[in-house]
Amino acid sequence: MTATPTGEKVSGAQSLVRSLEEVGAEVVFGIPGGAILPAYDPLYDSTRVRHILVRHEQGAGHAAEGYAQATGRVGVCMATSGPGATNLVTPIADAFLDSVPIVAITGQVPYPAIGTDAFQEADISGITLPITKHNFLVQHPEQIPQTIAEAFHLALTGRPGPVLVDIPKDVLQAATSFDWPPTLDLPGYRPVLKPHGKQIREAARLIAGAHRPVLYVGGGVLKAHATAELKKLAELTGIPLVTTLMARGAFPDSHRQHLGMPGMHGSVAAVTALQKADLLIALGTRFDDRVTGRLESFAPHALIIHADIDPAEIGKNRMADVPIVGDAREVISELIPAIQAEYAAGHRADLTGWWRQADGWRETYPLGYDEPADGSLAPQYVIERLGKIAGPETIFTSGVGQHQMWAAQFISYENPYTWLNSGGAGTMGYSVPAAMGAKVGAPGKLVWAIDGDGCFQMTNQELATCAIEGIPIKVAVINNGNLGMVRQWQTLFYEERYSNTELGTHASVDQASLTGSRPRIPDFVKLADALGCIGLRCENKSDVDATIEKAMSIDDQPVVVDFTVGKDAMVWPMVAAGTSNDEILAARGIRPAFDSGV
Amino acid sequence: MSVHTLSVLVENKPGVLARVTGLFSRRGFNIDSLAVGPTEHPEISRITIVVSVEGNALEQVTKQLNKLINVLKIVELERETAVQRELLLVKVRADEATRRGVVETVELFKAKVIDVGPESITIEVVGPPPKLEAMLKMLEPYGIREMVQSGMVALGRGPRSMTQAALRSVERSA
Repeated sequence: MTATPTGEKVSGAQSLVRSLEEVGAEVVFGIPGGAILPAYDPLYDSTRVRHILVRHEQGAGHAAEGYAQATGRVGVCMATSGPGATNLVTPIADAFLDSVPIVAITGQVPYPAIGTDAFQEADISGITLPITKHNFLVQHPEQIPQTIAEAFHLALTGRPGPVLVDIPKDVLQAATSFDWPPTLDLPGYRPVLKPHGKQIREAARLIAGAHRPVLYVGGGVLKAHATAELKKLAELTGIPLVTTLMARGAFPDSHRQHLGMPGMHGSVAAVTALQKADLLIALGTRFDDRVTGRLESFAPHALIIHADIDPAEIGKNRMADVPIVGDAREVISELIPAIQAEYAAGHRADLTGWWRQADGWRETYPLGYDEPADGSLAPQYVIERLGKIAGPETIFTSGVGQHQMWAAQFISYENPYTWLNSGGAGTMGYSVPAAMGAKVGAPGKLVWAIDGDGCFQMTNQELATCAIEGIPIKVAVINNGNLGMVRQWQTLFYEERYSNTELGTHASVDQASLTGSRPRIPDFVKLADALGCIGLRCENKSDVDATIEKAMSIDDQPVVVDFTVGKDAMVWPMVAAGTSNDEILAARGIRPAFDSGV
Repeated sequence: MSVHTLSVLVENKPGVLARVTGLFSRRGFNIDSLAVGPTEHPEISRITIVVSVEGNALEQVTKQLNKLINVLKIVELERETAVQRELLLVKVRADEATRRGVVETVELFKAKVIDVGPESITIEVVGPPPKLEAMLKMLEPYGIREMVQSGMVALGRGPRSMTQAALRSVERSA
């Protein structure tokens, strides 16, 4: 921090840029436009804030998310009023559902014009009311430093989330003075970090006495930077552990106690362990429907210890027997000595039988896939090799759908903050801009976006940004020519009636095909070239390793690899939507035979 | 379904009411009655919300409300330990023949006549909801021309002050 500046005579716009500098925002992703234009003038001169000109505001929002998730710091995006602001709505909603700390700064029409349906006017604070942790409409230029400081504080602390700051153009243009640091005035905001001692002791008593416990770990553990503590807790207790889609990387996949991911496409061992457990120790997780399946039949025999920083999550979907409100790191740090005390007093249930069961599920139903019968390239193989060759230090981002699930299943995550995806909102198009943001935040890291051909066509324009701004991300397009996950559901639940899922990104010589005979549209290799990237293509299993290695050897330009894969591969295991986790299918038509005794 | 009265202290800032009411509708809760007004502290407003909920939904409403940054404190005011009042203005058809009966009802309910004309009487009555309902039932036969009713306001009985408690907890955390 530089010396405390006081009383500088500045414009509102200068005050905004000075505030961003002081609050430590090193990068802003955005696009200028009429109402935000005053802010872009002082931003042009700032040596401490780098602005990255994106090609679509949605890209700015997801880039801010990728930056935030890779670095643990607040991501910042900026847009003008009206359509600029509304284009941020999707990433803001995404950040809200995945608790990602971002601050969105939008220009607004001049204050006197608000409410008149002025050119490029949209009530963005009204629109984002339900999808932000909080938002502000700045009325006076002297409020800017305090508002920015509060926005960053709110975004990052407690349960993180998106905060929007809407600033009318005349407020940016008005003369004001700049003082830093401002005093935060948030009397209604007091997140509880320290857990209640009595609840911790009760939790420790249950943990020590449980015969079939499972650590059910969610993204809150990553948000709280509690992965070291989690490892200590897991190893102290020897309890089996599962990590949700948002928590992949919070605990090493290679660790013996890790049973994998639970949920709709979780491993049989993870899903079944939750179903048969007598105690769930839920840490920073929210019993999402993709994890629980039909709620009434989820973990029917289990007592629930539920620790979360957001009191509203506790008891929202599943009653907690021991509710703990607190930061995951504080909670785990206090649980450890409390459990040690239980052990010291001779209370420690034997988990041998439980582990025998869990190991049985793991050995009988490992994650796997069949080579496609039509001889096409297996998408799972591509992703598996990508994980192996790129290695555990790589940051992977993904879009939404089959490729996302395979990337969650077949890559071994050994480190926190190496898996970024859109979990709660399921936002197709997340991966390329998120990878861009992650690479900006962690330039020394290898960043691979694993995308689908559907997702990729939603946001690939940010590759132009990457090429021009020198952000050499790598994109693996798992190109099956279809909206794969939707197609999978059509295969399973709609009698193979493939309504509007074929995209045409494979060449077709078949007149009978829905899209007729034609070349690849688009040709991703040519598209990559047009966007200033290197484009590669791989269609055969034997070329996969060499193609990945070639992509990894290029570090001065973004790389796009079109992995042309078969369209019939499906994501397994699967718990069909609305059914019980007990109905999990390990593969199509294969229902695991569980030992009846619970 | 059970009916609950929530007294919510909020920062007196633009848009706070929209945040509170928007939260109810998007989380699927119905507001039966709503009253907003100033408190003895200019920076704090008080919103009284009557809500019908099922099961343990009240806890979820309260927790979600508490997450709003501008919400300072929420107390559920139970009927037994709080005073609850609504205000009703009702315009009743009353000519020479029926005026006497209407005025008699007004007196019975300790209500007030606040406007009289040759064909109508406007009545003001304050009280807990059952009293207002009872009086409306008595007035209905005369013909109700129009009426307006406020949301419920309520205060806990006894010397304790919710605003002071809220201010104290704000100071403690500062």
